Amino acid sequence: MKDAFGLPQSLLVLGGTSEIALATARRLIARRTRTVCLAGRPSPALESAAADLRALGADVRTVAFDALDPESHETVLGKVFAEGDIDLVLLAFGVLGDQAHDERDPVAAVRVAQTNYTGAVSSGLVAARALQSQGHGSLVVLSSVAGERARRANFIYGSSKAGLDAFAQGLGDALHGTGVHVMVVRPGFVRSKMTAGLAEAPLATTPEAVAAAVELGLRRRSETVWVPGVLRVVMSALRHVPRAVFRRLPV
Amino acid sequence: MPAETASETVSVTGWGRTAPSAARLIRPRSYEEAVGAVRGCGARGGIPRGLGRAYGDAAQNAGGAVFDMTGLDRVHAIDAADGTVLCDAGVSLHRLMEVLLPLGWFVPVTPGTRYVTVGGAIGADIHGKNHHGSGSFSRHVLSLELLTADGSVRTVGHGTPLFDATAGGMGLTGVILTATVRLQPVETTYMAVDTERASDLDDLMARLTATDHLYRYSVAWIDLLARGAATGRAVLTRGDHAPLAALPARARSAPLSFRPSRLPPAPAFVPEGLLTRRTVGLFNKVWYRKAPRARTGELQRLSAFFHPLDGVPHWNRVYGRSGFVQYQFVVGHGEEDALRRIVGRIARRRCPSFLAVLKRFGEADPGWLSFPRPGWTLALDIPAALPGLGAFLDELDEEVAAADGRVYLAKDSRLRPDLLTAMYPRVDDFRALRAELDPRGVFVSDLARRLSL
Ligand SMILES: Cc1cc2nc3c(=O)[nH]c(=O)nc-3n(C[C@H](O)[C@H](O)[C@H](O)COP(=O)(O)OP(=O)(O)OC[C@H]3O[C@@H](n4cnc5c(N)ncnc54)[C@H](O)[C@@H]3O)c2cc1C
Ligand SMILES: NC(=O)c1ccc[n+]([C@@H]2O[C@H](COP(=O)([O-])OP(=O)(O)OC[C@H]3O[C@@H](n4cnc5c(N)ncnc54)[C@H](OP(=O)(O)O)[C@@H]3O)[C@@H](O)[C@H]2O)c1
Repeated sequence: MKDAFGLPQSLLVLGGTSEIALATARRLIARRTRTVCLAGRPSPALESAAADLRALGADVRTVAFDALDPESHETVLGKVFAEGDIDLVLLAFGVLGDQAHDERDPVAAVRVAQTNYTGAVSSGLVAARALQSQGHGSLVVLSSVAGERARRANFIYGSSKAGLDAFAQGLGDALHGTGVHVMVVRPGFVRSKMTAGLAEAPLATTPEAVAAAVELGLRRRSETVWVPGVLRVVMSALRHVPRAVFRRLPV
Repeated sequence: MPAETASETVSVTGWGRTAPSAARLIRPRSYEEAVGAVRGCGARGGIPRGLGRAYGDAAQNAGGAVFDMTGLDRVHAIDAADGTVLCDAGVSLHRLMEVLLPLGWFVPVTPGTRYVTVGGAIGADIHGKNHHGSGSFSRHVLSLELLTADGSVRTVGHGTPLFDATAGGMGLTGVILTATVRLQPVETTYMAVDTERASDLDDLMARLTATDHLYRYSVAWIDLLARGAATGRAVLTRGDHAPLAALPARARSAPLSFRPSRLPPAPAFVPEGLLTRRTVGLFNKVWYRKAPRARTGELQRLSAFFHPLDGVPHWNRVYGRSGFVQYQFVVGHGEEDALRRIVGRIARRRCPSFLAVLKRFGEADPGWLSFPRPGWTLALDIPAALPGLGAFLDELDEEVAAADGRVYLAKDSRLRPDLLTAMYPRVDDFRALRAELDPRGVFVSDLARRLSL
């Protein structure tokens, strides 16, 4: 169960090697979390992530989960929930893609969309139903500022996150009053393996900072969290910049 | 089969309004309906609920059923000669006072609010300002009827293992349907109250130790925002039921009238967002200064003495959306140093906490998960939104556990589960009894899930 500060005892990560998710898991284990399930594509990285969390004292297991295989989500996640209540589901998987390349390779572009959007629609719905029947829990969805307004430089990724973000907000409204809390997290540029080698955007932040914002959001039962917080203001300004200007902005 | 009892899925919290969860709320109107509700409560079980005055998640059951027992609220029999009452567990202490005071009887133990049920009073084995002499509520319960997981109703007598598991058992042994309670005789509904100030914590403890036994009721309101030499300064209010002879002539015609006002006699309304260190500190200071240095024999209305907060309906909302936490612990006699350290830490930390309450407990009662034990208990409210509060309270828990103390489950919403056994050594007996009495785990609450009770 979550405590008065929204801190979970059990955690399920979808996208078990995500640096943001693992920073969050470390932070939560230092507080209340005792059992962790890392769901992801089987790999040595997934197992070593589990070992690292075990070293912090948590009871950790891994399960094979592929966002691109929605038919399997019901079974895979069903098993996890059957073993005990999950207080927090962290939906963290996602791919950035390579915009320039993907514009010329529509199949690759669709893979970005399917991972970030339809993969999340399917696993998000499965998780939401399970949370609803247990009557409590939080679903934390890692969206992105990129979804707030799609930019010329990465609109394939951006549009997939826009879809994800809208989906998660709607899901949150649908679950209002059911004991289940949905929180949409919109980080800016985060230094992780996803962004390794890319030029840093302004206001770049760290997985640890996102983790801290998640913990605070859980305590406040927030519905939307920006990381860093000033992005809320920045993005609400950018939203209203006229198209002709926006497409020329160097962001 | 009894008719299906109406139920609806609602979001439920305790008085502190933290950690909501959804449950089917079922309000039985007869014992048969209660039996039907327990038998048919489904895979995620059920938990009885009274007036929801427990601060944390004790009367919540995510995804399952919550049995709202306030629909079963009849007073069955009063023995006005002997001073006992047989009533449904859903009756509130407020109602009991309305019924009993005109007959010259009072409840044996009352918490800081009258709006708790008899079921909640037994489930949490509550204590009052008279704990040092009268013990906890269950001491005065002669017997009760318990609806257990198999759907049967058992009569449980005082002093049996099932009684001791149920007193303080947080609703997890079954649904209490009725109870027979021994009452306290009174001549009037007034209290004769002595007030004195204590300049710091040591002064306070010395006064309580020296003279508590002279009073039936005793409590100290302590200003946890005072620092330095004033750390732990407090106002003691102690007293007893006023005898008829103590009333002025005009009050003697209706000495047992009980019409508590719901206009705020104590802490005035606090708009949301105003609960800062400054405003709370100021409030505490003014309140300390305005208390008399020493005053004896002042007549107070019973409700003003016991339940000042009941004058302000829904005062718990002033803490806003994130709600608040009440931290209450006890440490034994001889652990005064631990108490000093904890009070010092709270004062240095500057928690915006309104007047906290310090009391000296007397002999413990045998309830396995009953909270009181001989020693010092401190209770304080803190807004849950206070940054770093969770980790801070974890540190206090360590101090409490190291001093052989415990935190009160009826107030808890955040205890670290691995400290439970140290604080409640009989929890293993409790689990074993539950495993036998309720093998399918019909009775379960969010508290029970969180702490693996
Ligand atoms: C302002 C205020 C002051 C307080 N002061 C004190 C105090 O001085 N001393 C003290 O000890 N406590 C105090 N409390 C706490 C309160 O007395 C307890 O939490 C009490 O249990 C609340 O009773 P309730 O009817 O509201 O029960 P709930 O809060 O609804 O339930 C509390 C527990 O009792 C169980 N329960 C309820 N009904 C039944 C039943 N019929 N059968 C079996 N189990 C049942 C529930 O399952 C739950 O575990 C205070 C609370 C408030 C809000
Ligand atoms: N980094 C940023 O700047 C930034 C900014 C805003 C939002 N976000 C979002 O935050 C989330 C986490 O990002 P991160 O920075 O932690 O990146 P990361 O370390 O690269 O994590 C991405 C995760 O997604 C998983 N994944 C990719 N495709 C998958 C699939 N088909 N099935 C299952 N898992 C799959 C990866 O698993 P594998 O190990 O199997 O590849 C990896 O665990 C992502 O949704 C990302 O879009 C990131």
